[in-house]
Amino acid sequence: MINMFEVNETNAMIEQENLDVRTITLGISLLDCIDSDLETLNQNIYKKITTLAGKLVETGNEIERDYCIPVVNKRISITPISLIGSAACRAPQDYVTIAKTLDKAAKEVNVNFIGGYSALVSKGMTKSDELLIRSIPEALACTERICSSVNLGSTKTGINMDAVKLMGEIVHETAEFTKDNDSLGCAKLVVFCNAPDDNPFMAGAFHGVTEADAVINVGVSGPGVVKKALEAVRGENFEVLCETIKKTAFKITRVGQLVAQEASRRMGIPFGIIDLSLAPTPAVGDSVAEILEEIGLEYAGAPGTTAALALLNDQVKKGGIMASSYVGGLSGAFIPVSEDQGMIDAVQANALTLEKLEAMTCVCSVGLDMIAVPGHTSPSTLSGIIADEMAIGMINQKTTAVRLIPVIGKDVGEMAQFGGLLGYAPIMPVNHYSCEKFINRGGRIPAPVHSFKN
Amino acid sequence: MENTASKTIITVVGKDTVGIIAKVCTYLSENQINVLDISQTIVQGFFNMMMIVDMQAAKKTFADCAADLEKLGEEIGVSIKCQREEIFDKMHRL
Repeated sequence: MINMFEVNETNAMIEQENLDVRTITLGISLLDCIDSDLETLNQNIYKKITTLAGKLVETGNEIERDYCIPVVNKRISITPISLIGSAACRAPQDYVTIAKTLDKAAKEVNVNFIGGYSALVSKGMTKSDELLIRSIPEALACTERICSSVNLGSTKTGINMDAVKLMGEIVHETAEFTKDNDSLGCAKLVVFCNAPDDNPFMAGAFHGVTEADAVINVGVSGPGVVKKALEAVRGENFEVLCETIKKTAFKITRVGQLVAQEASRRMGIPFGIIDLSLAPTPAVGDSVAEILEEIGLEYAGAPGTTAALALLNDQVKKGGIMASSYVGGLSGAFIPVSEDQGMIDAVQANALTLEKLEAMTCVCSVGLDMIAVPGHTSPSTLSGIIADEMAIGMINQKTTAVRLIPVIGKDVGEMAQFGGLLGYAPIMPVNHYSCEKFINRGGRIPAPVHSFKN
Repeated sequence: MENTASKTIITVVGKDTVGIIAKVCTYLSENQINVLDISQTIVQGFFNMMMIVDMQAAKKTFADCAADLEKLGEEIGVSIKCQREEIFDKMHRL
């Protein structure tokens, strides 16, 4: 039988160390909503989402009450909209109407984000992919809860450099459209290489076409729990360190597994995957950078950071895999800057640069995330940074992403405020030498030699 | 949506005072909640109790009992939490 020590340990994780279920994300396929008439399409989408997700928030709240574990977000991911709108949309404006419908549906069922205003263009762009991409700036400016993502490359297909060029422009335009709010639109726009189909975390969540009609994916988090566990093994060797991270990750993932099974049972929707990601928030004690410091670095960004992050990411995965048969999504350690107080402090102490963050993305679970750069950064430079990150993902067969925020009207040394979970960020300097001729070449970068495994 | 097969863990934490167990147990007995196990210690003057209870025959729903107990805790000056047992089982048992 459960003993008091175990009960107290679990409750201390929840009450003092910020253990939470970060998100229950309901994936919904919209493929059966497709219609060539735009109005009918919008009606179908609204009806399907509000019908399937009607009980999502209530279920999340019930689970929170029954187990006394915070279920912070309830969200929805949908089939990439470029596919859904392709028969009905003739102009970017047509796609914007879908964005508004999605926003309305999200508000109706009371979820805080809906992800999947997306296009998958890793090898080529269809006309409808391009229309959707060109609609992103306006769609993100006139809605509140839409998240958008574009997959620009993969290990199997190489990198679509035409799309990389276009996305540099779109990120910049999105920043302009939302410049009154420190270019907040860009915080809801991410580009990927090797995007997973079942990621429950925003802004990159979408419901892949290989998925079932509806599925529950759960994201658990708990950087504070790992940090606390590591405090007890200060000065011990790497074996002890790794073992501690693994055990902690196991415990956290088991809670996620329970919540996912319960949500699935209560809603009558199949369970997909658990994503155990150490996802920081701006709250003190909920930081990945603080874990890196606890491992032995003065600041995140100091020499040794990449190695420390590599072992952290790997041990989190190892612990998680033992705890659930269906671990998926991104699973590992996120390193967003604006959402992590320790990262913000490291940038302000000049310990952490964009280049070091890029190196860290080779071994973290995602990529360059929530990084504010000067508003005057050119679209081609943004494309260059994106291309570098896509190349890391393609060659290393991992997911990489870029979520940069060129803050219009602000420069290095100033601060961008995004609010809530998105936090705030010091604006970081960007290498100012040009890559314009490289970006303007056009075409695509071929798939790497190790992709030919057939 | 009640999962009748599962047990519930009640934890009581706070400053020690006379009659904490009595008040909690009175509430439980009035509401037909059966106590299966109790463990209790005092750590540095702090009262720390864990009860495993069976709510299958309870007069009220889980949500109502949890809310009542939380309120009772406020009256006594301690924190009382009601949680389904699975969260601990999942985390600490293979």
